[in-house]
Amino acid sequence: MTNPNNATITTVHTAEFTAGDALKIPTLRILRDDGSLYEGAVAPDLDKATALKMYDTMVFIRVLDERMLAAQRQGRISFYMQCLGEEAATVGSAAALDDKDMIMAQYREQGALRYRGFTLEQFMNQLFSNEKDLGKGRQMPVHYGSKDIYYMTISSPLGTQIPQASGYAYAQKLRGLNNTTICYFGEGAASEGDFHAGLNMAAVHKAPVIFFCRNNGYAISTPANEQFVGDGIACRAVGYGMKALRVDGADILAVYQATKMAREHALATNEPVLIESIAYRLGAHSSSDDPSGYRSKEEEEKWRQNDPISRYRLWLIEKGWLNDADDKATIETLRTEILDALKVAEKVAKPGIEHLISDVYAEPIPALQQQLDDLKAHIRKYPDAYPVTAGRLD
Amino acid sequence: MAKMNMLQAINNALDLAMAKDDGVVCFGEDVGHFGGVFRATSKLQEKYGKARCFNTPLTEQGIAGFANGMAAQGMKPVAEIQFADYIFPAFDQIVNETAKFRYRSGNEFNVGGIVFRSPYGGGIAGGHYHSQSPEAYFAHTPGLKVVIPRDPYQAKGLLLAAIADPDPVIFFEPKKLYRASVGEVPEDYYEIELGKAEVTQQGTDITVLAWGAQMEIVQKAVEMAEKEGVSCEVIDLRSILPWDADTVAASVKKTGRLVINHEAPLTGGFAGEIAATMQKMCFLHLESPIERVCGLDTPYPLALEKEYVADHLKTYEAIMRSVNF
Repeated sequence: MTNPNNATITTVHTAEFTAGDALKIPTLRILRDDGSLYEGAVAPDLDKATALKMYDTMVFIRVLDERMLAAQRQGRISFYMQCLGEEAATVGSAAALDDKDMIMAQYREQGALRYRGFTLEQFMNQLFSNEKDLGKGRQMPVHYGSKDIYYMTISSPLGTQIPQASGYAYAQKLRGLNNTTICYFGEGAASEGDFHAGLNMAAVHKAPVIFFCRNNGYAISTPANEQFVGDGIACRAVGYGMKALRVDGADILAVYQATKMAREHALATNEPVLIESIAYRLGAHSSSDDPSGYRSKEEEEKWRQNDPISRYRLWLIEKGWLNDADDKATIETLRTEILDALKVAEKVAKPGIEHLISDVYAEPIPALQQQLDDLKAHIRKYPDAYPVTAGRLD
Repeated sequence: MAKMNMLQAINNALDLAMAKDDGVVCFGEDVGHFGGVFRATSKLQEKYGKARCFNTPLTEQGIAGFANGMAAQGMKPVAEIQFADYIFPAFDQIVNETAKFRYRSGNEFNVGGIVFRSPYGGGIAGGHYHSQSPEAYFAHTPGLKVVIPRDPYQAKGLLLAAIADPDPVIFFEPKKLYRASVGEVPEDYYEIELGKAEVTQQGTDITVLAWGAQMEIVQKAVEMAEKEGVSCEVIDLRSILPWDADTVAASVKKTGRLVINHEAPLTGGFAGEIAATMQKMCFLHLESPIERVCGLDTPYPLALEKEYVADHLKTYEAIMRSVNF
């Protein structure tokens, strides 16, 4: 017989449940902690330049995170979010894409952003909300975005990008572009209604989108076992009729391989694919969070051994593409460059007052222009109270 | 009496409500063991168990729908939406379900036991996704009650009244004041009646009206105006829906002037509703146009927050414009 969808379905004649945990999806691992490959595993076809770019990006992000978290602690920026432990998931997946594939991220994918070519200066300008920030100083730190490098500007509300990615990818298909959209989100965001809406729309309308779920174990304080029951997020994709696979998100070779396959499949068939990456969020949720209130140091230590950078580093050294001395020198240079860029960006002026009303509409509506004029007159009367804009109202 | 900040007062209210009525259940994102990202539900899971204080999956529409179901059964869910900016996935459940549950069933069913608690408002460098004041959206929805406290004493009494109230209540908490606002709070159970404004200061020349975190802003403006010899009457509206038009009108009839201040953008903000009602109730008493001091008609900014907000200087200017009209 067929179901109302005209798909052939099997029948039975005695009642029997299908168990909630009947579908178990295996996790792809290629690289061992010691830098060797698992038996039977084959490393993806990577040239030296790409392999080193992936490594450099992970190291850059780790040093940036360390420095900017410290800057937040010093009160130089208001907020920060690091991606410690998850560098391979975002760098490895971004590396498997074309430069014109759209990236729709959540807020912990600075690895993908950097791989795409976001410059150190661009990072700093956003983090300091200064007038050179592409987002015009409007969003909290880490809400990056750049049209030039196909990286959609981050929105804080969770999961909203998921159905948008389906629509974006559908439009890419209609336009005849040979490109896909990758959509990053966490296992927490996968509880939002938008996740279900987005996956179903992509499957029904055949949108070439790669849903990339970073299952990092925690949504702020809420552990994954209070977020969902069962095998994980990947099996849900199967429920929507799409292909799924799961990877060790700290294994950059596995992530790269999985994303490469997903991209090829999405473009060849216009079907969406879901990748679930498992890599622990080693840091706090954000600079406003303190994990000591909800998880143990022992648990963190256990996962710290699963470091994504060290095992890839060992693999690169083994291949003769990296040597210890150069590596240490690179990190020192990076630290200096990042601190220098920070010192420059924090001295750049804040956006001008006209940007209070620009971009609300394509052109400010008359009422808004009037509000700005009134505000300027007010600031002229009390210049000391508005030091950021008082000196440059014209 | 004990010295409490607003979070402690809210936590204390939840504790008393849970002790008093085992139908009171607190849940939301990170609300359980962790006690919420602001710690408003701290220790409640420890005290009342996981069945009555728990983490939910990350789904605001799920939280609101779940609360609707629990309340329909007769329990009293106190559901937390982590930030008011994130209430919108739950908008359908709240506006189309919570608000209309009693009405659509001819009172066969109701979800009057619900309280949605949610931190709102700016002043914390949160940009447009951690600063919004969405009270006007909900004030436009018959069937809901909307309440906003200004200090710890008010927060405890109003929250307890909201939980006891037979109708669903949205309780917006000014997060800027969570730790900043400290005051004497009775340790025992007490309620502050919903739907009643409070005259916090008597005066004769002008009425200044606000709610929530804006109360301390207008107080600063009032002090400036008083140095210029202007006697201000100050009112905390406290309940946005239903709102206490009689108390406001009595004051405006006395002073002949009104300045309304809110954080949310001007256009479509609740000040418009108040102004329209007051011009009808007090038309022959008004000495000058009713002034509104509000956020600009833009999303809540980050770098230019200081310029955007309805601060004390803008409020002072409005007071002086009104008295010098």
